[in-house]
Amino acid sequence: MSVTGLRRMAGGASREIWSLDVSLERAPGRRETLPLVLRRDPAGRVGDGGDRGAEFRVLRAAWRGGVRVPRVHWASHDGAGLGAPFFLMDRVAGETLPRRLLREDRYAGTRAGLAAELGAMLARIHALDLTDPDLADLADLAPPPADRSPAQREVERVAQGIRELAVEPHPVLDLAERWLHARTPTPSRIALVHGDYRIGNVLFDETGMRAILDWELMHVGDPIEDLGWLCMRAWRFGASLPVGGVGTREQLVEAYERASGTRVDLEALRFWEAFGSFKLALVFLMQSRVYLDGRVRSVELASLGRRTAETEDELLRFLRDEAEPGGT
Amino acid sequence: MNDRPTTTELLAAVEHFLEQTAVPALEGPARYHARVAANVVRIVARELATEDQHRAREWQGLAELLGTDPAAPEGGRSAWSDALRARNEALTRRIRAGDADAGPWRTAVLAHLSRVVADKLDVAQPPRPARDERR
Repeated sequence: MSVTGLRRMAGGASREIWSLDVSLERAPGRRETLPLVLRRDPAGRVGDGGDRGAEFRVLRAAWRGGVRVPRVHWASHDGAGLGAPFFLMDRVAGETLPRRLLREDRYAGTRAGLAAELGAMLARIHALDLTDPDLADLADLAPPPADRSPAQREVERVAQGIRELAVEPHPVLDLAERWLHARTPTPSRIALVHGDYRIGNVLFDETGMRAILDWELMHVGDPIEDLGWLCMRAWRFGASLPVGGVGTREQLVEAYERASGTRVDLEALRFWEAFGSFKLALVFLMQSRVYLDGRVRSVELASLGRRTAETEDELLRFLRDEAEPGGT
Repeated sequence: MNDRPTTTELLAAVEHFLEQTAVPALEGPARYHARVAANVVRIVARELATEDQHRAREWQGLAELLGTDPAAPEGGRSAWSDALRARNEALTRRIRAGDADAGPWRTAVLAHLSRVVADKLDVAQPPRPARDERR
């Protein structure tokens, strides 16, 4: 066996991604080269980027469930040889850059069909069996408490995170918390929620969607949460159509309903879209705290603190649209 | 009084170096970070140009909402940020107590916060070369 072409890929701030080709001699004289990706927990970082063992198992379960994900091959939970836990998966050819998806002519066909593809694929994710041996005992996928709806729990979880992490008062987020609490929907069912299902985490080529990546924020909850997150302005990258700048809510909902055999409550969709900005505010606060605490001196993490204003702007749009909280 | 170039002129020089020299000379994550750094320099330059006006507007709005003294705090940047923080904490306490859940005060709070956030966005100016160019 030999490894060639090892190089670090530009990736998120909370993980390392390496590209490599592994050449195996399957039989005498029969060599096979596998294009792979290695995902590794950065050494010395606090675990705010999820853990690789859980990601490995959810990818394996998703693959078996017919979700388009990179096929995983092998995981090291103790980080033997590399200093931090890692796993290997197929390197799926394609692009993830939203800018290219939105602008380049060769992706015109992909753009036209993407909202429907995303809806149908999301239905497969939400159909994954939570009793699957790969999923059943994952800490990230613990069953939700019986005394609260997933929406109540998520609003409380994010609000608590904001209170712990914010180094200055954020009146907009306090106002949004009360607005969200007054509107938490009752879910029609409970499912595995991807948690970061959006353009930017979708691998695509000229034929359409190839894979959904980045499962670190997965949890058990209201499946409509993923649909709302996908419709957020933050993932339109300057374009105007609500689903990642490429499609309409109707295309998304129609495809999702057809593939899942369930109905999407549009009020719940609106709640989860607003909640998405609340959760994104926490993500920005978390990332800028990593810089402010001196853990990682990254200019990118530092700059993200100033993106909190975008999430507040979006939340205010929802708040201004309705006169009074609890008025429904 | 420091000599020319002014702070704004020095920042423009750094931004020019990052965009015109560093970005083209680098690749991968370093190139992306150089672009982010140039954007950070632009944010700082816009903040320097607008901070007097923005903090005066926020102070005025908070004084009207809370019925507090509209006289500007004495001192420099840190006196201003301490004073603004204290008043925003007072606003936050009233929001958490439910005072802004309904009625004319809610409308006034929403109008004030909308102005403050618009000012913050004028400085931060999204969309930026942000998450979409990371990989």
